[in-house]
Amino acid sequence: MDGPAVRLRGICKRFGAVQANDDVTLEVAAGTVHGIVGENGAGKSTLMSVLYGFHAADSGRIEVFGKPVQIRNPHEAIALGIGMVHQHFMLVDTLSALENVLLGAESHALLHRAEAAMRARLDALMASTGLKVELQAQVAELPVGDRQRLEILKALVRGAKILILDEPTAVLTPQETRSLFEVLARLAAQGTTILLITHKLKEVMQLCRRVTVMRAGRVVHETAVADTSAAALATAMIGRKVALGREPRGGAGRGELRLEANGLRWRDALGVTRLHDLSLRLHAGEIVGLAGVSGNGQSELLELLSGMRRPDAGTLRLGAERFDAAHWLQPRLARRLGLAHVPEDRGARALVMGFAAWESAVLGYEDDAQASRHGWMRNAALREAAARLMERYDVRPRDVELPSASFSGGNQQKLVLARELSRAPHVLLVGQPTRGVDIGAVEFIYGQLRALRAAGCALLLVSSELDEILALADRVLVMHAGRIVGERPVDECSEAGLGLMMAGEAVA
Amino acid sequence: MDEVLLGTVLASTLRVATPLLLCALAGLLSERSGVIDIGLEGKMLFAAFAAGAAGAALASTAAALALACAAAVLLSWLHGLACVSHRGDQVVSGVAINLIAAGLTVVLGMAWFAQGGQTPPVGDAVRLQPLWPEAGAVLGPVLGEGLLGHGVLVYLALALVPAVWWLLYRTRFGLRLRAVGEKAQMVDAAGVSVPRLRYAALTLNGLLCGLAGSYLVLAQNASFVPHMTAGRGFMALAAMIFGKWHPVGAFWACLLFGFLDALAIRLQGVRLPAIGEVPVPAIQALPYVLTVVLLAGFFGRSHAPAELGKAYVKER
Amino acid sequence: MNAAAPLPRWAELWLLPLLNLGIALAAAGVVVALVGQDPAQVLAVLLHGAFGTPRGIGYTLYYATSFVFTGLAVAVAFHAGLFNIGGEGQAILGGLGTGLVGLWLGSMLPAWALLPLMALAGATFGLAWAAVPAWLQAHRGSHVVITTIMFNFIASTLLVWLLVDHLKPAGSMAPESAALAASAHLPTLHQALGRLGIEWPASPLNLSALLALAAAAAVYLLLWRTRAGYRLRSVGASPGAALYAGIDPKRQVLLAMMISGALAGLVGMNEIAGVQHKLLLEYVGGAGFTGIAVALMGRNHPFGIVLAAVLFGALFQGGAEVAFEVGGFSRDMVVMLQGFIVLFSGAMAYVAAPLLARVLRREPARG
Repeated sequence: MDGPAVRLRGICKRFGAVQANDDVTLEVAAGTVHGIVGENGAGKSTLMSVLYGFHAADSGRIEVFGKPVQIRNPHEAIALGIGMVHQHFMLVDTLSALENVLLGAESHALLHRAEAAMRARLDALMASTGLKVELQAQVAELPVGDRQRLEILKALVRGAKILILDEPTAVLTPQETRSLFEVLARLAAQGTTILLITHKLKEVMQLCRRVTVMRAGRVVHETAVADTSAAALATAMIGRKVALGREPRGGAGRGELRLEANGLRWRDALGVTRLHDLSLRLHAGEIVGLAGVSGNGQSELLELLSGMRRPDAGTLRLGAERFDAAHWLQPRLARRLGLAHVPEDRGARALVMGFAAWESAVLGYEDDAQASRHGWMRNAALREAAARLMERYDVRPRDVELPSASFSGGNQQKLVLARELSRAPHVLLVGQPTRGVDIGAVEFIYGQLRALRAAGCALLLVSSELDEILALADRVLVMHAGRIVGERPVDECSEAGLGLMMAGEAVA
Repeated sequence: MDEVLLGTVLASTLRVATPLLLCALAGLLSERSGVIDIGLEGKMLFAAFAAGAAGAALASTAAALALACAAAVLLSWLHGLACVSHRGDQVVSGVAINLIAAGLTVVLGMAWFAQGGQTPPVGDAVRLQPLWPEAGAVLGPVLGEGLLGHGVLVYLALALVPAVWWLLYRTRFGLRLRAVGEKAQMVDAAGVSVPRLRYAALTLNGLLCGLAGSYLVLAQNASFVPHMTAGRGFMALAAMIFGKWHPVGAFWACLLFGFLDALAIRLQGVRLPAIGEVPVPAIQALPYVLTVVLLAGFFGRSHAPAELGKAYVKER
Repeated sequence: MNAAAPLPRWAELWLLPLLNLGIALAAAGVVVALVGQDPAQVLAVLLHGAFGTPRGIGYTLYYATSFVFTGLAVAVAFHAGLFNIGGEGQAILGGLGTGLVGLWLGSMLPAWALLPLMALAGATFGLAWAAVPAWLQAHRGSHVVITTIMFNFIASTLLVWLLVDHLKPAGSMAPESAALAASAHLPTLHQALGRLGIEWPASPLNLSALLALAAAAAVYLLLWRTRAGYRLRSVGASPGAALYAGIDPKRQVLLAMMISGALAGLVGMNEIAGVQHKLLLEYVGGAGFTGIAVALMGRNHPFGIVLAAVLFGALFQGGAEVAFEVGGFSRDMVVMLQGFIVLFSGAMAYVAAPLLARVLRREPARG
């Protein structure tokens, strides 16, 4: 078959204020494995949703096997031979594996006939692909690897010639990943076109013929895998921002130990271990940068250290207090001990979108003497304090009454930073501080973080912007797959070296 | 136990349970598809009114049944319009339907029949008579009066239990319905329309509520009386939940609640060993208390459909 | 809610609710026309009945008093992200508490000591009746909507049992308690003004109306001026942010429902202490459900709730006049209109929003 299996041209898709896909063009050769890589929020999943018919693109053209098509819903996508294995499994836990595959593809109105026919087809398919699943089992009882295989069978049994896999190995063990890759290679050899969405660059290098890199809704790089490397891909994914140079470190060096975490382990709801035996220390007067492609456990680590989550194992020392897994830190106590937290997820965590700016500005601190007395909120004082904060951190528009949701992303971020930084914390955990912030404000924020450091605060900076880490940090830790895989003083860091560690290629 | 007493209790149980069962099955279909149905009371009421009005004005059983079902289906579609098409709050919509039905039935009744909201009695020929009137004389009090002496809607309701079970667990439609109530996104990804499934469930829901309302006027009373459902729609909701959203469970729950109702009157003034006299209101409250106890998890876990109450919005 | 252009704040707060009210009135008007009456005439009779005479106004405000309590109850729960559909049952229990304390202590205490105790009892009973479903929701995951509906029914059977088996004076047939002592009576406006020498026509409007206004003010202060209110609202507005701030959602759910139940329980002061002066079967009369409509129309804000409560009071009083004067109508017409209001202001509140947004944008900018 010559000609591309899929050609997307000029795809644009906007959700509210976010341009999720910006003039994206993608061409996938038939019978190959094509990788699409990018950070969280790069637009890869949106692009695939468009291809699979979940959303209609605002503009652009789609061609499948050379024919221009309109894909208005998944039904039409399936009819065109497109199948999708979603990142979050599209399986009903209370139904059996067979029933899950059957749904939507029933050959007969009576279930027992449809099931018999489907079982026959599945037996044949399982034999030819080597993907084996216990069909009678209830999905809730299937291990994660089996569910993954079930998802693939579901797509293949509908005759998918184009198979999209969205982060397929996110929940698999190395062995399961290996067997999945064998299956995918076999499918490709049999003529199936495979689109592999992932942020795991090792997999791309192993499996794909060509790879497209997306960033902030655009395609930034497209190349044959043979002509590139994981480190190069990592650099392209993370991109370059205005290089704000490193400032010379003045003043005292590292001070006392402020925070010490040991042996942190955490498993998510699916039972997958997200943090493996993680330890770190934060000293007064230093910025520790935590580098890594997002999705490798950084978010979970921040939530643990701030007290929002409890680990399965591990200990924590914050100031003079000690905590273990059974009696973990609580957010309120954390604040009282001088720990401030700027979460990665502004919208769902850091601000109450329905509250006015001045109300969001006191979130978490409503117990403070300045905020309330004898149970009564000191609203006038809070409004004034918020106005001062907004002035100092240049939050626009300067309207304390405006609902938090009405501010632009960058200004929301400045509001959150204003709230947390102005408290002169002893320890500051900050995730993605300049995400969505305009260039002018970035410099200001960097200045504030450095000032905190000079004042003796211990900062943990989680960022997927390598430039940011290199500009601010004194010490760089690299995180990959829930572990700290490297630690270097910033002077000894190079972008290439860090990129390799972030891709899981090297362990320092 | 006295045979005559057993017979009358059994008959009474089945009679009370029938409208409950029809409504419970209706609610079940809607809720299994993910749409909360608080409006069973209003739909049953509106259908009862339609049956009474049509039965009196048109003197035809078929017309009464058809219009009752149509009335209830209309309200179900209104619920669908608010909740499925416009993603409104499902509980609020249900409350609205109950209020609209309660008011509208009396307004129309007063305007059309000028009897204070009541409809004129439906003629004997239009009413649903027992299928076998001599059953009691032939087979005795328990089998005859109790079991076989009822009208067609009672047996239809009983037959609908295995029918709804078959629909839910043995057909393609039922599989899709169960899936959309657990994970609507999965159904969408499989290429099946979520709104269409939910509207289909709501249509069946309306038909069954229509039958329930018809029963009240064509088999139980002889005319529509304002607010005649008297909370039965909510008791059906309780029975559905008590039956853990399963047709057979709902059946047993409705029988239990019907039995408690039949018992309540008979236990008045009777002293039971060790408990003493049981007040009638206590027995009347029992179905509701049992449902709360069930929901508190004391009868084993009650698994409501996971999508219940959530409007389906495509994720990014 | 998914409108491409969001509405300006003033439009969302005032214009949209009025538009939804208008649609509901239009729908009711269609029904009225369908049954052969003149909607305009019916509306005129209704308005006159509600506001045309001092006596009418008295009745309107008396009805509105109960609606303020139940509307506030629904609103407080809404602010914590919960739907309290159990106002009816909580009001029954509140009346029970008020009446029981009145019966028990009526002959022993003077009014200035007794009446506050009665109010406290009413609030406490209502609070307790809401606390159980709240606890079940927070700790056992039982859906609060279903449990509160069940508790509504349990409350009415409880009332029947108490009245018939325990509170009915011997020899009496009616399911009512003995009459409350004079010290347990809340003075009506007519009586209170009379003592000041002012003539005012008699109506059931009593001093619990002042209590209702005080409750509205208290709810406003609680929600927007206290730390407890801040925490309650944050749980309802953003559970994730509340978690980040270290606010315990379970605790807030419990607190919100208890406050909600207490407010609904105060209906007893209006109905039992203010008007009926004894315990009887039907003293809530659907106020719990009207409270839902009032809260929706009043946008869950005490000020809006007071206005909406007066609106519904007017509908009820005006509806009674319509039933009296216009042949062929009963109070149920108001119930129907209430249903339309709940539908268009509640479940379908934002259906008209995109159209409204478009209309507003076409208008030239005001100076």
